[in-house]
Amino acid sequence: MATRVGKYTIRMDNPPSIIGFAAVGSKMESEGPLAQNFDLLCPDSTLGEQTWEKAESRLQKDAVNTALSKCQLSPPDIDVIFAGDLLNQCIGSTYGLRDLGIPFVGLYGACSTMAESLSMASLFIEGKMACRTLAVTSSHFCSAERQFRFPLEYGGVRTPTAQWTATASGAAVVGEKVSPPYVRQVCLGCIEDLGIKDANNMGAAMAPAAAKTIQRFFEDTYTNADNYDLILTGDLGTVGSDLMIQLLEKENYQVRAKHKDCGMMLYDLNNQDVGAGGSGCGCSASVLCSTILPQIKNAQLNDVLFIATGALLSPTSVQQGESIPGIAHLVHLSSREK
Amino acid sequence: MIIMALTPKDYEQMNKKASPPTKSYLTIPMAFLIGGLICTLGQFLTNLYTMLGLVKEIASASTSITLIFLAALLTGLNVFDNIAKVAGAGTLVPITGFSNAVAAPALEFKSEGLILGVGAKMFTIAGPVIVYGTVASVIYGIILYVFKLY
Amino acid sequence: MEVFMEYLKAFLVGGLFCAVGQVLIDYTKLTPARILVSYVVAGVLLGALGVYKPLVEFAGAGATVPLTGFGYLLSTGVKKAVAEKGLIGVLTGGLTASSAGITAAILFGLIVALVFKPKDKS
Repeated sequence: MATRVGKYTIRMDNPPSIIGFAAVGSKMESEGPLAQNFDLLCPDSTLGEQTWEKAESRLQKDAVNTALSKCQLSPPDIDVIFAGDLLNQCIGSTYGLRDLGIPFVGLYGACSTMAESLSMASLFIEGKMACRTLAVTSSHFCSAERQFRFPLEYGGVRTPTAQWTATASGAAVVGEKVSPPYVRQVCLGCIEDLGIKDANNMGAAMAPAAAKTIQRFFEDTYTNADNYDLILTGDLGTVGSDLMIQLLEKENYQVRAKHKDCGMMLYDLNNQDVGAGGSGCGCSASVLCSTILPQIKNAQLNDVLFIATGALLSPTSVQQGESIPGIAHLVHLSSREK
Repeated sequence: MIIMALTPKDYEQMNKKASPPTKSYLTIPMAFLIGGLICTLGQFLTNLYTMLGLVKEIASASTSITLIFLAALLTGLNVFDNIAKVAGAGTLVPITGFSNAVAAPALEFKSEGLILGVGAKMFTIAGPVIVYGTVASVIYGIILYVFKLY
Repeated sequence: MEVFMEYLKAFLVGGLFCAVGQVLIDYTKLTPARILVSYVVAGVLLGALGVYKPLVEFAGAGATVPLTGFGYLLSTGVKKAVAEKGLIGVLTGGLTASSAGITAAILFGLIVALVFKPKDKS
């Protein structure tokens, strides 16, 4: 059974395994430095669908099917699926997964959803409520852009702090303990808001949440950055990463040497015009499932803290001048069960 | 150890330091150059239409219509946003920016149908320009009328 | 030579309007939509104050093509209509003068929406 450690952290006493995983992406991802790690890359961002929303659903469906086939499972083998995306009412997930016939739990944690869904998927296994679960999230540049910002053809100006929503999806199948990667601990974050109002600077809005969750996890487990090989944040980008490191330094935690950010890994920030880095549910999900999980599986990385971060804003709250609340959930992944 | 909680004000300071500044040494000259070129094209069109025998006012209106047409066409061809990326205010401020602001949402929201998509979303960005421009002209008109300035 | 000066003036004045817009984007929190609204309202105001007309005479398209020119058009329209028709001109003048531009934007916008397909950023 899972044990609560300190105030915020949950430890798996019988750590579940991630038995299958897959990442899919599109054109920008195929031009990025992680391209060769992806399972599927479709250079046409419509994916042959009529609307951007359908294209996003397709991404998610492809990620799930690829992850399942990689571990020789089919949809009936999955007891429950935890899924989320950025679109209103989570239609990326619901339309993408409606034909699978798997009990469905829709989640919304903005770009933090992969850590949220992976936490739930692992806890359901640990609590013996399911034998196999699936966590999946997606985002699509075009569907996000038209919902949150401007039409694609509009000649608006992007500020340098703005981030690029990844057209990608990542899926992870979780089952009982067999082999690495193991999910050892999770730490669910609180909503943090330090008053950032600029929707073009979501890294800054999310950094306090990431710093807080990491700090709480370190305090609960009496560990620090030295105990881990990699501290991987979701999509803080250059600005948010810098701020998070500074915030943790104020609390006497030095993470700079161990820190990487999915948003800064997915694209070549110097040659691809993505502003401060990638973002979106699909960014952290696809980096995790394409690049990080394989490295944990073959023990190139032993202990990884995956902290997906989300900006909990809506176009309405931005127009009403509200500040942007951030959230971050942490998942401790390991090549060792203890 | 007691650490003073970080206030939003402190954090805003940190954020300002961490955020890269806009490269104004590039954006402002580019806006000047491309905006200037669009106006030069406008002048060329006005001269052309005048040469073809149109009176001044109609030549000027025809110039606007031509530029609006070109901007809408380039929007449809997916070229306008690529020019705007380097031009910034250079394509935004001329009448081309207005045309793009109408055509872009009309095209983008086609997937929501001709009425509630194209028709309703057409003025989501450009609508305020017409609303406040018209109201400003009405206020000016009232002043003209009341004080008999015409 | 005279034609060259005409183009040069249009280029410089038009460019200047755009450069000011870029300064507003870079150094203030004004969004592009707010800047467009400000430009049109500023055009009406400058037209009303009689400042914009000399500028149009000086710079031609350099002053009429930027959105301030659209505002100026609204102000000249309303002035003319009030003089010709009295009170009703307050309501009809602005849009009458700018109707060609607005109708063109609606028409071409609709045609573009019908003919083309939305595409990803390239």
